[in-house]
Amino acid sequence: MKLALLTDLHANREAFEACHEAALAAGVDRFALLGDFVGYGADPAWVLDRVIELVRAGAVAVRGNHDDGVVHGPRPTMTDDAKRAVLWTREQLGAEQVAFLDALPYTASEGELLFVHANAFAPQDWEYVAGRSEAMRSLGATPARMTFCGHMHEPMLYNLSSAGKLVTFVPAPGIAIPVSPLRQWLAIPGSVGQPRDGNPAACWALFDTGECTLTFHRTPYDHDRAADKVLAAGLPAYLAQRLRDGH
Amino acid sequence: MDTETGAAPAPQRAAAPHPPPQAGDLIDGFRLERVLHEGGMATIWAVASEGCAAPVPLIMKVPRIGRGEDPEAIVGFEVEQMILPVLRGAHVPQFVARGDFSRQAYLVMERLPGESLRPRLDHAPLPADEVADLGARVAAALHDLHRQHLVHLDVKPSNIMFRPSGEVVLVDFGLSRHDHLPDLLDEEFRLPMGTGPYMSPEQLHYQRSDPRSDLFALGVMLYHLATGERPFGAPTTVRGLRRRLYTEPVPPRALHGDFPPWLQEVILRCLEVDPSRRYQSAAQLADDLRNPNQVALGERAGRTQRPGATRRVRRWLTSLGTELGTAPTLKQASDVVARNPIIVAAVDVDAAQPQLLEQLRETVRRVVHAEPGARLACVSVMRTARIGMDQLTDGAGRSVHVRQLVALKHWARPLAQALHLGEGRLTYHVLEAPEPAAAIVDFAQRSQADHIVMGARGNSTLRRYLGSVSAQVVAQASCSVTVVRAPQPE
Repeated sequence: MKLALLTDLHANREAFEACHEAALAAGVDRFALLGDFVGYGADPAWVLDRVIELVRAGAVAVRGNHDDGVVHGPRPTMTDDAKRAVLWTREQLGAEQVAFLDALPYTASEGELLFVHANAFAPQDWEYVAGRSEAMRSLGATPARMTFCGHMHEPMLYNLSSAGKLVTFVPAPGIAIPVSPLRQWLAIPGSVGQPRDGNPAACWALFDTGECTLTFHRTPYDHDRAADKVLAAGLPAYLAQRLRDGH
Repeated sequence: MDTETGAAPAPQRAAAPHPPPQAGDLIDGFRLERVLHEGGMATIWAVASEGCAAPVPLIMKVPRIGRGEDPEAIVGFEVEQMILPVLRGAHVPQFVARGDFSRQAYLVMERLPGESLRPRLDHAPLPADEVADLGARVAAALHDLHRQHLVHLDVKPSNIMFRPSGEVVLVDFGLSRHDHLPDLLDEEFRLPMGTGPYMSPEQLHYQRSDPRSDLFALGVMLYHLATGERPFGAPTTVRGLRRRLYTEPVPPRALHGDFPPWLQEVILRCLEVDPSRRYQSAAQLADDLRNPNQVALGERAGRTQRPGATRRVRRWLTSLGTELGTAPTLKQASDVVARNPIIVAAVDVDAAQPQLLEQLRETVRRVVHAEPGARLACVSVMRTARIGMDQLTDGAGRSVHVRQLVALKHWARPLAQALHLGEGRLTYHVLEAPEPAAAIVDFAQRSQADHIVMGARGNSTLRRYLGSVSAQVVAQASCSVTVVRAPQPE
């Protein structure tokens, strides 16, 4: 089975469409959506409707901190821009859409696979897997062989050997990486809707369960259009600029 | 779950010990016939593919995994299982299948005829022309691997095989490093990894990503083949290994009075402690080995005495990263004339193969980099029909023009970053025209471009039916044209 991993869509319709199309072109059978469907971007309702459709068709979906913020109000730890976007987003959504967000689980497990937005050690606290120590902590907190998470917007791949040694790797796009079953892996596909590694192209990943390979992808999209829509919606200008810069 | 206590112990994912396979066993459709080689880390079986006949004879490599076995054998096997399938071309054994550790770990690959280079070591010293020929063939193979983003890191005679054509095949990728794959050996072990006599100074410092490490190992091998002696012995301790950081090898001419100075120059250059003083690519090394009379003879060629204390101190200081000597710096800040050419990169973003797009980008980078004042115009042609209306929006209603522009910008982005192309030095143009060649030529003419860089259609059938755009541009343009082809594995 070819499983597409999409995370941190952030209400970016153009990026989501481009990744969805690229995933279907790559022969994907199923989608796993790792949270933060809304916040920052200008098309929360449209993106959410598509997410709901995918979930009805069998996609996995878990809750992100922005999704949670829309339901329960922004957390005090959020940046001002994020808070503004969360409050604006809430006004754009209907009751059914909010109810969908409210029903999202924090984690989903399927066999050896764990799907979670932020980390495996405290999924509800939204702590970032920002480096080696958090990656170790997350891998130590789950028996899952493969953990897929979002929250961090830069693509990253960690693995832990049976001897307890952690390997960190910044993946190159388009390369099928064999994931050895002797190791535990933690994969962060990077953000669909707001990449931050200096490359504005949308991030996603493909896990091929038959071949046991993981491929990170970069899909270019019309980020200028998405950024213009952010400005037109009256959202903070910085949120538009980072789509153009990829920072 | 307690979130304050940090990481729980990692679950053990050790490879389950299996009874060792026996002759006659059938593993995933491969019948084990007989043991060809019993190594320290793996057993090599001759196997037959049941069901479908394999186009080439096959071997199965089975790691020796049991109680108390070296974990390096397991990780090394994981590394090889990861790397071998991504390698292509004549200089690696063709990958056929792999089995994971949950059942029976193995790798099935093409069986190469004959023996490795190892037995030839027993006949050293070999004649200089034979050493040079072997060296050139190994270097050509290494260059092909380096171009595939791989550093072998265990170049030695027993890992060198030959095709009937004489082409060198490198085997055993258990210590290799691939740029695009995680380095499973990174930080895994406390000792430097490699084969003692051949290990480069940077490998001793745990640096595993320098292709020039392979040239050091090749230099060790050539030294041994040419003189019958090892340049740095066969140390078994880290302290012994470190001796190569400060001990210059004895010049071959001090061992054999008639040793050719040019070959000494080549070999000692490979054995420099500082990678920047070695050959910078395997292709350059191969070139020198094939053209002895083109080798620039320097101080290394003239050495006839065993190294004294001064040289020892100098090598040691060099190994510490201290600048010594009088080697000219690469960037001569002399009369650089400011030039401001316009360079056109014609990019077929829709139809070109990814390898060609990458090669084109690299060529453009070099061309632009060479001219500090250069301005780069990235051009893509959107074909329109000669007559009648064109469908300029696709099914989803998006403009085809915008899509091409987005793709063009995506292609050029690494260039803009690498070259720090600021305002006005980088422009994008999607040309709508029925004839791509005419459109590119016209654009170059209008913008007074100095240089067009473009890709060639690789597929000859396509070229036959559609004609070669690049050939037309070359014929019609009034400026220089560079036509780029994607590198092909040999």
